Amino acid sequence: MITLDNISKHFGNFTALSGIDLAVRDGEFLALLGPSGSGKTTLLRIIAGLAFPDEGRVSFNGEDVTDLKVADRKVGFVFQHYALFKHMSVVDNVGFGLSVRRRGQRPLKADIRARAHELLDLVQLGGLGERYPAQLSGGQRQRVALARALAVEPQLLLLDEPFGALDAKVRKELRRWLRQLHEQMGLTSIFVTHDQEEALELADRVVVMDKGKIEQIGTPEEVYMAPRSGFVSGFVGDINSLAVTVVDGKTRWHDRMIDIDPDGAADGPARLDFRPHDVALGAEGSGSLPMVVTSAYRKGGDWRVEGTVGGAARVIEVDLPADGPQPRAGQRLSLRIGRGRLFREDEEARR
Amino acid sequence: MIGSTHQRRPVRSPLLLTLALGFLAVFLLLPLITVFVEALAKGFGEYGAALVQPDAISAIKLTLLVAAISVPLNIVFGIAAAWAIAKFDFPGKSILTTFIDLPFSVSPVVAGLVYVLMFGMQGWFGPWLREHDIQIIFAVPGIVLATVFVTFPFVARELIPLMQEQGRDDEEAALSLGASGFQAFWRVTLPNIRWGLLYGVLLCNARAMGEFGAVSVVSGHLRGLTNTMPLHVEILYNEYNFVAAFAVASLLALLALLTLVLKSILEWRYGYNHGSAGH
Repeated sequence: MITLDNISKHFGNFTALSGIDLAVRDGEFLALLGPSGSGKTTLLRIIAGLAFPDEGRVSFNGEDVTDLKVADRKVGFVFQHYALFKHMSVVDNVGFGLSVRRRGQRPLKADIRARAHELLDLVQLGGLGERYPAQLSGGQRQRVALARALAVEPQLLLLDEPFGALDAKVRKELRRWLRQLHEQMGLTSIFVTHDQEEALELADRVVVMDKGKIEQIGTPEEVYMAPRSGFVSGFVGDINSLAVTVVDGKTRWHDRMIDIDPDGAADGPARLDFRPHDVALGAEGSGSLPMVVTSAYRKGGDWRVEGTVGGAARVIEVDLPADGPQPRAGQRLSLRIGRGRLFREDEEARR
Repeated sequence: MIGSTHQRRPVRSPLLLTLALGFLAVFLLLPLITVFVEALAKGFGEYGAALVQPDAISAIKLTLLVAAISVPLNIVFGIAAAWAIAKFDFPGKSILTTFIDLPFSVSPVVAGLVYVLMFGMQGWFGPWLREHDIQIIFAVPGIVLATVFVTFPFVARELIPLMQEQGRDDEEAALSLGASGFQAFWRVTLPNIRWGLLYGVLLCNARAMGEFGAVSVVSGHLRGLTNTMPLHVEILYNEYNFVAAFAVASLLALLALLTLVLKSILEWRYGYNHGSAGH
C-alpha cells in the first residue's frame, strides 16, 4: 500500500501541491485526473522519487521512503515522451535496468537478453528487438518503454500521460491492453491523465485534482454520478451549467420552478449542473426550459442538439433520441431536466 | 528534415556565383596554396629539413603538449558547465552563461596580458610564486592557461543547446531503472551528446594549436622552450627564413584542412542523426 501524508510542494511562489493525503491499495489501478497545472504530474514524480516534497511523507507498505531516491524505490516509470535511449537497440533498452545492477546482482549478458526478449514478447513486440527506437511507431515505442520499466520488476508502475502522444485509435487499443497487463502481472499502477474519458474507462478509482488539491477520490461511477464539487462536476464528463436561485427550498430559473431538489442548499444564487442525456422533451410550462436550437448533429443513437436558453450566451448541449426528427436551427424546444445537481455559485467563480 | 523543408533552388544568377567563388578563391584558396608553394619552393629536401630542425621539433612538441592538456581540461569544464546550465536551474545561471562567452568577446592579447598581470613577477601572485619557485609566465603553465582561456567556449557552447533540447527525461529514465548518477552519465548522457561533443573538441583543438595572440603575450618567445608552432612561424618569418616558416605553417594548414574534413563528416553524421531522432 502506498500512503501519502500531507504532501506539499512549491516552485518559487507557485504552489504545485498542498496538503495531499492519499492511500493507494495494492493491485489498484488509479488515475490522477486534472487540467494542466493541477499538480498531478508533480504528485506522480513525488511518488516515484523524481521530485521531493517540501512537506509531508511518502510511505510504501508502511516503510517511509520520503528521502529515498528513485533508484532505490523499485518503481517503474513510463515517461510521456517515452524517453527511450536512442543509441541503444530495443533489446538493450529493455535490458538496461538489469545491466546497471551492481556486480554480483547483475545477471549474465545472455540472461539479460533472454529476459528482455521475454518482456518484448509480453508487450507483443517479439522480433523487433534489434531495431532502434527511431524505427518504431509511437505505439510501439510506448510498449518498449513499458517493457523497459517492467524489467526491473517494480512493485509499482507509474505512467505519466501514457497515451498523450498517440492517435485516437492506437490510444484505445493500448488502453485496453494496458488494463489487461496490469491484471495479468498483479501490479499496482498509477497513471496521470487530463482526459476524463480515459480515467473513467481505465481506472478502479479516480483522483480528481485542481490547483494542487484533491477535489474528489472515488470510483468512476461515484465521480461521474455524484461529483462532490462544482469543479468535479464541470470537469468530468459533458455538463451544462445554468444560473438558478434557491427560494424557500425550491429551485427557480427566472420565474419558473425547476423540478430539482436543492438537497438542503441554502437560499440564494446557485448553479444547476445537468448532463446532456439527463433531459427529455416535455410540454411547455412552468417546469420546462425553452431552448432555441442553433445546431444539431448525429452522435451515436442520439441527436446532439446545441442551443441557448433564456437568451443567455452560454451554449447548452442536450442529447435527444434520434428516432424523432432532426431538430433544425431556430426551432424552439421545451426541455425537462430529469436529473441535476446544485452547486454554490461561488464555486463557479473559483474556476 | 533539413532536406525537405529547405528546397534548394538552382542558382539563377551566374554573376552571383562567380562573385562568391571568386572571393573564396582570392581570399581563402590562394593563400592556402601559397603556403604549400612557398614551403616547397626549394624542394622536399629543404622542406623536410626545416621540419626536423630542433627548434621546430620542440615547437611542434610544445604545441601538442599544450593541446593535450588544454583540450581535456576544456572537455571536463565544458561538459560540467553545459550540464549545469542545460539541466538545472540555479541562481547566477545567466551570469555563468555570459561568462562562458567572455573569451570570444575579449581580444586574446588582453587575455594574455591579464595572466601576466596576475601571475607575472610584478603581478598579484608574483611574490608568492617567486617564493615557492613556481614560474607560470614565460613558461609552459602560462601557455596552457592562456590556451584554456581562449578555447573555453568551444565545447560548452556546442553542448548547451543540444543538452537543453534533449531535456532531463533520458537521465531520469536511467535513474528510475536503477542506474547510478555515473552510469546515467556514461551510458545515456554521453552517447546522446557524442557527436556534438566531438565537434566541439575538434574546433577546440584547432584553436588550441593555432592560438597566437594570448600565447604570444605569456610565452616570452624562448626558442626551443616556450615557442609554439604559430610563434615559431613568426620568428622564422621575421628572420627571412621563408621556406622554414612556410614549412611549419603548412603543418598548421594541414591541421586546418583535416579539421574541416572531420567537421564535414561530423556535420553529415550529426545532421542525419538529428533529423531521424525527432518525433
